[in-house]
Amino acid sequence: MSLVNKEEPLTLDTFVRGVWRENPVFVTLLGMCPTLAVTNSATNAISMGLATTFVLICSNVLVSMLRKVIPKEVRIAAYIVLIASFVTVVDYAIQAISLEVYEALGAFIQLIVVNCIILGRAEAYASRQTVVNTAVNSIGTGIGFTLALLCLGVVREVLGAGTLFSVRILPDQFQPWVLMLLPAGGFFVLAGWLLLIDFMNVRKERRALEQQGATVHGQ
Amino acid sequence: MSAEAPVQAPVQAVPFLPMIRTLGLVSLICGFAVTFAYQWTKPYVEENQRITTERAVRAVLPGAVTQRAFVLGKDGISPAAADSPAEDVVYVGFDAAGKIVGIAARGASRGYADLVHIMFSYDPACECINALKVTKMNETPGLGDTVLKDPDFKRNFEALDARVNAEGTALANRIVTVKHGTKREAWQIDAISGSTVTSKAIGRGLDQSAQRLVPRMQRHLAELERGGR
Repeated sequence: MSLVNKEEPLTLDTFVRGVWRENPVFVTLLGMCPTLAVTNSATNAISMGLATTFVLICSNVLVSMLRKVIPKEVRIAAYIVLIASFVTVVDYAIQAISLEVYEALGAFIQLIVVNCIILGRAEAYASRQTVVNTAVNSIGTGIGFTLALLCLGVVREVLGAGTLFSVRILPDQFQPWVLMLLPAGGFFVLAGWLLLIDFMNVRKERRALEQQGATVHGQ
Repeated sequence: MSAEAPVQAPVQAVPFLPMIRTLGLVSLICGFAVTFAYQWTKPYVEENQRITTERAVRAVLPGAVTQRAFVLGKDGISPAAADSPAEDVVYVGFDAAGKIVGIAARGASRGYADLVHIMFSYDPACECINALKVTKMNETPGLGDTVLKDPDFKRNFEALDARVNAEGTALANRIVTVKHGTKREAWQIDAISGSTVTSKAIGRGLDQSAQRLVPRMQRHLAELERGGR
């Protein structure tokens, strides 16, 4: 009837994996549309990150709560309806908080419905795990997504406009790299971050191998 | 010699009732969440929209002490409500003595990426458009968005001719955006080189809105003035 698999114990890794080891943007490369489209400023990036995190937590907790009663034949329809409803809630909430942010994020708020991070987590995790595990994992994934968007947004805003959170931080003599505010700039900055993270991972693996080798030789 | 009949896998019955029950439950939860969010945020959204409009009107009518919104229909004026057609709504700015200092209205036209929304103010004394603000646009940074900062472009809207024709049905001259450096007439807008599409969108939006509203403003000027008292 439902997709109930073996439930995992709640550990620190349940939270941390979404932040770093399985970061949705830098590791699994999911949710690329908002990542590239709305990270032209730090404010937009953090707003989109928080909106997605809210939808991710609420919808996945509900999926987890209902996991034993949702028949597998209609699970995707049920997940989409749940996700779309929370996206509508977020849409209203952002309009109530700030119309400027709402207009800056544009259609990408509604497009959270089809963000594969949320549907992926619902199908691969929330539908098989307890509510507490799902909540913790969703918070971790949401924070990981928000931090990744913020990393892109900060670089793009500083280089593209000379400002950070709309506050001028570079001297007036600095000629903004407008390219960074365009979609192409999103690709460049994302590529830069991916290179950096890959470099760090390779170095970490090499060190681990060296340590392993030293242990073997020392025996 | 009897051929063996192929063995068919037993067909599993689709759990029809549980499916309907679950989808019904999910829809109920979602419907409640959406309705609650709508009702809860509605006053805040309306207040935000009011503040945004008020700011835009204040930007194009800096001399106004008070402002009032009216629907400027073909046959007369009436106070604007939340559901009034946006293209017929005008914001009249009054000074301390209750005299009209200007009338603001909205306009929009398609730019390079999306609609470019504008707010402009019409001065009945000089029969000209004397201020313009882009309220919303999604044009390319570094190209289209120069219309927001370029001082020469802004100068186009200090006294843009918007006189009404003899019949009082339309503008005497269409407001048009011309190529940079070729402006000869008071009703022309000098485009910015490099953001011609956005400059033209602003000109088009302004012309469409002014053609529709300015003759009505002139026709009902006395009523609008009385409306402020």
